[in-house]
Amino acid sequence: MNKDIFVAIEHLRDEVANISYMMLAAARMLANHTGGEVVALLFGYQQEHLAEDLEADSVWYTDHPALADFGPDTYLDLLEYQIQGAAPRALLFGHSSIGMDLASSLSARLELPLVSQCRDLVLKADSAKFVCQICGGKMMAEGYLPEPTALITMVPGDLSPELGRSTKAPQVYRQTVPEFGESRFTVRQYVEPDTADIDITKEDFLVAVGRGLQNRDDLELVEQLATTLGAAVCASRPIVDQGWLPTSRLIGKSGRIVKPKIYLALGISGAPEHVEGITGSDLIIAINTDPRAPIFEVAHLGADVDMLDLVDELNNQLELAPVG
Amino acid sequence: MKIVVPIKLVPDLVEELVIDESGLKLDSFELILCLNEFDDHAIEQAILLKEKDGSHVTIIALGMEEADEVLFTAAAKGADELLRITGDFEDDLNNHSYAQILKPVIAELKPDLILTGVQAHNDLDGQLGPLIAEYLGFPYVGYVGGVDSQIDEVTVHKEYPGGLVAEVSVKLPAVLGIQAAEMPPRYVAFSRIRQARNTATIKEQTVTSSEQDYGPSINRLYHPKSRKRAKMIDGEADVVAAQLLSILQERSSMQRGQS
Repeated sequence: MNKDIFVAIEHLRDEVANISYMMLAAARMLANHTGGEVVALLFGYQQEHLAEDLEADSVWYTDHPALADFGPDTYLDLLEYQIQGAAPRALLFGHSSIGMDLASSLSARLELPLVSQCRDLVLKADSAKFVCQICGGKMMAEGYLPEPTALITMVPGDLSPELGRSTKAPQVYRQTVPEFGESRFTVRQYVEPDTADIDITKEDFLVAVGRGLQNRDDLELVEQLATTLGAAVCASRPIVDQGWLPTSRLIGKSGRIVKPKIYLALGISGAPEHVEGITGSDLIIAINTDPRAPIFEVAHLGADVDMLDLVDELNNQLELAPVG
Repeated sequence: MKIVVPIKLVPDLVEELVIDESGLKLDSFELILCLNEFDDHAIEQAILLKEKDGSHVTIIALGMEEADEVLFTAAAKGADELLRITGDFEDDLNNHSYAQILKPVIAELKPDLILTGVQAHNDLDGQLGPLIAEYLGFPYVGYVGGVDSQIDEVTVHKEYPGGLVAEVSVKLPAVLGIQAAEMPPRYVAFSRIRQARNTATIKEQTVTSSEQDYGPSINRLYHPKSRKRAKMIDGEADVVAAQLLSILQERSSMQRGQS
């Protein structure tokens, strides 16, 4: 069986995604275990320079105008062609907007097993196991890495992207391009996030609300608290999806990554997608009625009380004895 | 347009999750199922399209009778057709198998657009949307947060990290993985769901389960061991509030009325 570990590199607007560096770090661990090499698959148009800092033994670079933007049809045709030919031990994708579009389709197309939401690889002398974080982080599922080629989408976990960056440029091999069919996708334009709002990545103190906030009206109480504390209000996905706060306030995988001095998480369960955005915070304080909520595993301080009771109390006590 | 929304019921995370004796799956007797939250957005997006262009919306659910409530709720919101697939399959069917079961059912409906939730919290073998797309030979776009329909294509907003959005046109028929509908899923009063129960019908379709299975096998399911645990502040809200304020006060970053 082939021992090499392949990584599908994601990039957007001429920048390699952070998650791809983490995948390279994971791939290196796995390749050390199998005794194989790390191969990065890079698709683009006049973007060979993106290979320069990839921590891989080799980079297979495919260049074509149709690869200028991410498009599932062209990417899948290429992956099918390259993976079928090379049959690596594993192909890693980020569990991301790009990786998730590709991995499942490729699994169906090549009839290869796929492990989704993998958080850790447990490597022992005689076995390689995956550990997936499912049910919003409340359950872990473990199993042997499927054969012959395991497709894996990985969530960031504990791996640092720095481990996937190299100062030494890897060997780049230009790949031949198969004939692409007509793509069924056209990227019309990119729309920048709203910059009119405050930039929550620059705030020192964030008060974040999650599903525990059940009424829009109660958001006012949280905003009152934040104002008194000199903090900005942000949120996890459900609140933004409800339209209660704009996307510019969304923390997590599809939102902003923040590193404030204080992060007060109110009624947030701590799903992996959210946690991804806050791990760099100096002090995380979590309030959730469920003492088993995963948020308490990343938080430094916590309390299992109702978030609204607490917000009320904080507002009252601040009114009686202002601090600062 | 003809829109099909295949939905998935998933363990309700508000409830305690109990692992069964095998140690490989959740105990089905203890399990409370609910609609995958992203599927709720997929249903909403379908209804929004119907309101815009008169699309016909079919909702498909699998197996269990728990699905009836979800299907009638979708009817109360405006879905035109309800379909429940029954057959001899395991209750913890993976997405590859579900997609293969759906393939002939959806193909027969000849849809222009298939909307699925972009993911579900218990996806272990990939996501339902791209699997259906590949089996049917349709294009797929996931992480979609808005859909505009034209004659033979749709323009969707695909979300990328950091809030960047790509406006992508996709040829129909296509499958979309919905991250968020353009509007939050609407609330329907219980009386309207009860009314739908009396007026709408759920068609049942029996299919045989497929043999092929590319899912990973699980050797062990377990509750995460907390690597690190927050230091918990005990007491009622007033006590916690007082303690928090004194901790915050210690932190120099706390500036009252910071502008």
